[in-house]
Amino acid sequence: MTTAFSESVGIALRVNGEPVSARVEARRHLIDFLRLDLGLTGAHAGCEHGVCGACTVQVDGLIVRGCLMLAVQADGCDVWTIEGQSDTGAIRDLQDAFIARNALQCGFCTPGMLAACADLLAHDPAPSRAVIREHISGNYCRCTGYEAIVDAVEQVAARRGASPRAAE
Amino acid sequence: MTLNLSDLDRPNSYIGRTVPRPNAARLVEGRGQYVDDIVLPRMVHVAFYRSPYAHARIGAIETEAAAKVPGVLRIFTGADVAAICTPWVAVLAHLKGLKSAPQHAIAVERATWVGEPVVAVVAQTRAAAEDGVAALSVRFEPLPVVADMETALAPETPLIHPELGDNLVFHRLHEKGEVDAAFASAAHVVEATFHTGRHTGVCMEPRSILASYSRPENQLTVHHSTQAPHMMQTIFAKHLDLPEGNVRVICGDVGGSYGIKVHVYPDEMAVAAIAKAMARPVKFVADRLESFASDIHARDHRIKGRMGVDGEGRIVALEIDDLTGIGPYSVYPRTSAIEGNQVVNLCGGPYDFQTYRAQTTVVLQNKTPTCQYRAVGHPIATAVTEGLVDLAAEAAGLDPAEIRRRNLVADDAYPYTSAANMRFEGLSHHASLEKLLKLMDYDALRAEQATLRKQGIHRGIGLASFIELTNPSPFMYGIGGARISAQDGCTVRMDPDGSVVALSGVTEQGQGTDTILAQVVAEGVGVPIDRVRVITGDTQVTPYGGGTWASRGAGIGGEAALQAGLALRESILTIAAAMLQAEAGSLDVVAGEIVDKATGQARMPLAELGRIVYFRGDTLPKGLPRELVATRHFITSDYPFAFTNGAQASLVEVDVETGFVRLLKHWCVEDCGRIINPQLVDEQIRGGIVQGIGGALYEHCLYSEDGQLMTANMADYLVPMAAEMPDMVIGHVETPTRESLLGAKGAGEAGTAGAPAAIMNAINDALKPFSTRVAAMPFTPERILAALGTVPARRL
Ligand code: FES
Ligand code: FES
Repeated sequence: MTTAFSESVGIALRVNGEPVSARVEARRHLIDFLRLDLGLTGAHAGCEHGVCGACTVQVDGLIVRGCLMLAVQADGCDVWTIEGQSDTGAIRDLQDAFIARNALQCGFCTPGMLAACADLLAHDPAPSRAVIREHISGNYCRCTGYEAIVDAVEQVAARRGASPRAAE
Repeated sequence: MTLNLSDLDRPNSYIGRTVPRPNAARLVEGRGQYVDDIVLPRMVHVAFYRSPYAHARIGAIETEAAAKVPGVLRIFTGADVAAICTPWVAVLAHLKGLKSAPQHAIAVERATWVGEPVVAVVAQTRAAAEDGVAALSVRFEPLPVVADMETALAPETPLIHPELGDNLVFHRLHEKGEVDAAFASAAHVVEATFHTGRHTGVCMEPRSILASYSRPENQLTVHHSTQAPHMMQTIFAKHLDLPEGNVRVICGDVGGSYGIKVHVYPDEMAVAAIAKAMARPVKFVADRLESFASDIHARDHRIKGRMGVDGEGRIVALEIDDLTGIGPYSVYPRTSAIEGNQVVNLCGGPYDFQTYRAQTTVVLQNKTPTCQYRAVGHPIATAVTEGLVDLAAEAAGLDPAEIRRRNLVADDAYPYTSAANMRFEGLSHHASLEKLLKLMDYDALRAEQATLRKQGIHRGIGLASFIELTNPSPFMYGIGGARISAQDGCTVRMDPDGSVVALSGVTEQGQGTDTILAQVVAEGVGVPIDRVRVITGDTQVTPYGGGTWASRGAGIGGEAALQAGLALRESILTIAAAMLQAEAGSLDVVAGEIVDKATGQARMPLAELGRIVYFRGDTLPKGLPRELVATRHFITSDYPFAFTNGAQASLVEVDVETGFVRLLKHWCVEDCGRIINPQLVDEQIRGGIVQGIGGALYEHCLYSEDGQLMTANMADYLVPMAAEMPDMVIGHVETPTRESLLGAKGAGEAGTAGAPAAIMNAINDALKPFSTRVAAMPFTPERILAALGTVPARRL
């Protein structure tokens, strides 16, 4: 079986705004490519079967699970990880709110959680608490109990000037 | 020197304030460094072939095909590793009669649970190592499986370790007072049988280790996702035959631990042994399936309880019979008997009565080993006690709040010794309960409940008082012979620029330990908090200590840090006095400046003092002590443990058609003594509550009869997610411990300790109109429907 899977494929993509070209094994997952080949260890592998959300990164503007996408599928894509988003300041307010509200403890789920929260706010600038809870329900956090995360997202929505919708 | 810690307006006041965590800035940018993020030159990877059988003799291991897999370097069997790493037996001398069998890093001859490591494959990459594992073939001869703890001691049940003579690991009977007579005299006797499901911690960062060995230095360096680096240093040294000083354990960022990462894991010992054998860095990171099968499990208990109350509803007697299955080995070095022992120690803990009989029976099974997980024994003891208290209230015709008022140990009764012989220094059960009832507006909720019930909406309100064991002394492990430090130390040092470095033996795993240490040191020395850098998690650098367990970081590590900080301040003042030709007593350190104590007038910045001491020491008087560094250690001595207390309440709605439980709100009032950082304490409690809720409603390591774990991945083993969780209201009562100047007790277990009991009582309160109840966690829809008679009850 090893020969069947050991084929490597050339890919070219943009990661955090920079061009990257590499040869990767066909079976390499995007999260492993980012972590092991590019040293971008911000996003984590928590389950490797699509359940925990720790590996969430942005590909062509959409959030995806890095453990369910192969690196070769990202050929030609525009990939953003927490490191790149931090450097551009794209989600600085959300990160600051996480710090202020202690919406992280061990921080292992946090990069994936931030990706999910940023995605929510991009599509719904004034989510209710219930909507926030619903949206991040694909992301495990074993430390915080989630409430601080919900508070942080709510705060950012308010600060960005959107008035919160009534709870549904 | 003393501090008036209750005055938040004093200069340099950080203790008692919410300040942000310095390490959070790094973590939100994805710049944490967990073990799996570390790459060392010539690093190799290990993957394990794990037993697919719960109990089997290991026959021939065919390695030829695996060895040919590209990238595979070496293959280690149990015998190979046993030549490098000695086996261990996890017993403690003070738990009389506790026994276990020698356990190897990799199974030798026999596998005793599904997931036990059988072969290790070392390769250039993890993927290649897994390819190698897939190419192995191992012949097994299945043996009879001991799965059911209820029959583990039956004569016809096979023995897991025949040399032990039976499957009994530990039995303890505790008795105080005339129990039978008290029950005979009771106006009401209530009884029930409770079950708590097997759980596991599901740390988001799986267990991870990267061990490297330098042959010329005979030095083992281990990057380890652990809670107890010094304990691991001692253990690696002992079992790999190295001098303790030649082992360095480093734990940087740890992605959650909750007690799961305070144990010795066979696969991790194997990795260290392989690193020694190969003299190169070896990494192992458990994948999620391995985590479920090999991280310790916990809380697999069946408890029969009986409570007697008099005509006024006062408790006259309590009897507990606890049975727990721990897997095939007692886990090293803390032992798996501690959880059952805690159940005996903690049952009835908040209540004023002195007639108590309790026993725990700890048996072997062919399942993943169990050991300590967050709030060891607490959720079990609290659920049983609080469940019985609610039953007694019903029998005596009292409201659940009222029966607690009548029975909780009075707030002025301390010091108090419980029926289980636990000594309490100062608790606040009544103040906590009253605050809780007020926070939740108990009476209004009861009225609303009655109205809704008429409309067919079934809400329940559950209360639970609890005690929490924190700040343990050597009475927990040390007296039993385990080399687990109950003391901790802190070294505080001032550098030339006036900044301060604090090195502590306690560790950071996300609770915010580094932050509270910085707060305490900043206040103790007298510098702004951003001038303090805290270093933890490196055994070569920090004072020897216990690390993180039993909520000891603030109470033990914090006090050591405070005392070290105060000692450094004294040294600074002695030197400053010589420089300024003043009395040391007339000076103070405030916000990084030497000031005149009486007027507050600035005399000299610390950086100037640093410049003189380090670069112009010639200008200071000869013989002046000039150490700008101080180390202090702390251990509790008057009480074996600093008990904390609190009360929780839960509001739930039970859908009697579907059996689903909706959590509407949760409250917790907790007394952890001095609060160092209110936000961090609240978030510890919230996180803990959610883990408790998980145990009450979702989490369950379910096994088949032949010992296969059926909930072995994140999709099958349910944990609480954001959408199901309620908002939580947290309140505090502060009763500082007099054992230390700081006065802090622990707060890490409280949430987990009380939540399952509160949820259980709330569900049963909701089910009251149907005259039925549930007592087996998790309270799944199926179990609730079975209690309602809608579906047949299945065996647990
Ligand atoms: S690692 Fe991808 S969802 Fe868990
Ligand atoms: S902060 Fe630890 S898992 Fe979320």
